[in-house]
Amino acid sequence: MTAASLSRQPLDSADIDQADIDQADIDQADIDQIALASYVLGLGDDTLILAQRLGEWITRAPQIEEDIALGNIALDLLGQARTLLSYAGELEGKVTGTSRGEDDLAFLRDEREFRNVHLVEIENGDFAVTMARQLIFSAYQYELYTAMLTSTDPTLSALAAKAVKEVAYHRDHATQWVLRLGDGTPESHDRMQAALDQVWPYVEEIFDTADTADILTALPGVAADPAALRPAWSRYVEAVITTATLSLPAPTWRSRGGRAGYHSENLGHLLPDMQNLHRSHPGASW
Amino acid sequence: MTTDNNQTPPGGSARSRKGWPLWEVFIRARRGLSHQHVGSLHAPDAEMALRNARDVYTRRGEGVSIWIVPSSAITASSPDEKDPFFDPAMDKAYRHPTFYDVPEGVSHL
Repeated sequence: MTAASLSRQPLDSADIDQADIDQADIDQADIDQIALASYVLGLGDDTLILAQRLGEWITRAPQIEEDIALGNIALDLLGQARTLLSYAGELEGKVTGTSRGEDDLAFLRDEREFRNVHLVEIENGDFAVTMARQLIFSAYQYELYTAMLTSTDPTLSALAAKAVKEVAYHRDHATQWVLRLGDGTPESHDRMQAALDQVWPYVEEIFDTADTADILTALPGVAADPAALRPAWSRYVEAVITTATLSLPAPTWRSRGGRAGYHSENLGHLLPDMQNLHRSHPGASW
Repeated sequence: MTTDNNQTPPGGSARSRKGWPLWEVFIRARRGLSHQHVGSLHAPDAEMALRNARDVYTRRGEGVSIWIVPSSAITASSPDEKDPFFDPAMDKAYRHPTFYDVPEGVSHL
């Protein structure tokens, strides 16, 4: 080995090491962006699909007052969806180079690309089913946004600060109805119990991190681990159910796969309804 | 949904609708102002009436406080008594505060 090659050897390896580190940094940053985009997309799809479902109640609610209440809740959720989907599209664009807007994500994706949990796509059923679903989801969102208040991601913490007040009201609204229907007439009690039994198989999936474990690991301090939200969620929901003289269902099956893009037939019927106008008249606006 | 309808007794929905009492809604727009009557609505009880009022009457940031009063609790003057109730005040101009100037800077008077 010559002196020249000896002297060059450390220099070369140092260069290579530095290049490797740079490469690794970029990849890690990309992975984090992708994980964050994926996490945000899941939250956005939950709110978008439930907003669409609640919107189906318009002109069909038991009273005009309730019609307006459900419309209000749907609009709150749609507002959250707009923030979340815009952000997801923006994050995705940083990695892929082409970002998709909120409308692209809401109206131009197909069923397999949606990342919402099954709970939000199930049909409205009767009013009791809608209220049971809302109690479960709003109580979950309340814990989610409360945890997200301290997220190190400024977009998410700002959204949480606004949305936590909205979902506190949604949760209260659903609570009031579950209490009245559960502790009302024998018929309202039976139908409220039947509604809880019908929606409870969809609870487990909300707190299940099987499909999102990698994403959550990549986002410490940014994402709220749904499994950690469950104890507070359970305390609240179980207190409502007990006070309403109802019993906690013990389902024999559970939904899964929404966060990985596997959905029930329900979403297939919901999407054309939601997307038809935009797809028929691209770029249409008020 | 059809089975649900079968379970509802004839006229059931109309009856339950009638069964929901009427509530009067009062909203205070800002601190310092008094509550103003804004309308009425149906609700099964006072707590739900309060929430319905929030959704129906404060959608555009109209209020900071809501009062709910059962319509049945209100004793109203009758249109028939309009003349004896209100006419005697019409020709007493000296009761109107038109004989002095309102000091500048006094709002909500």
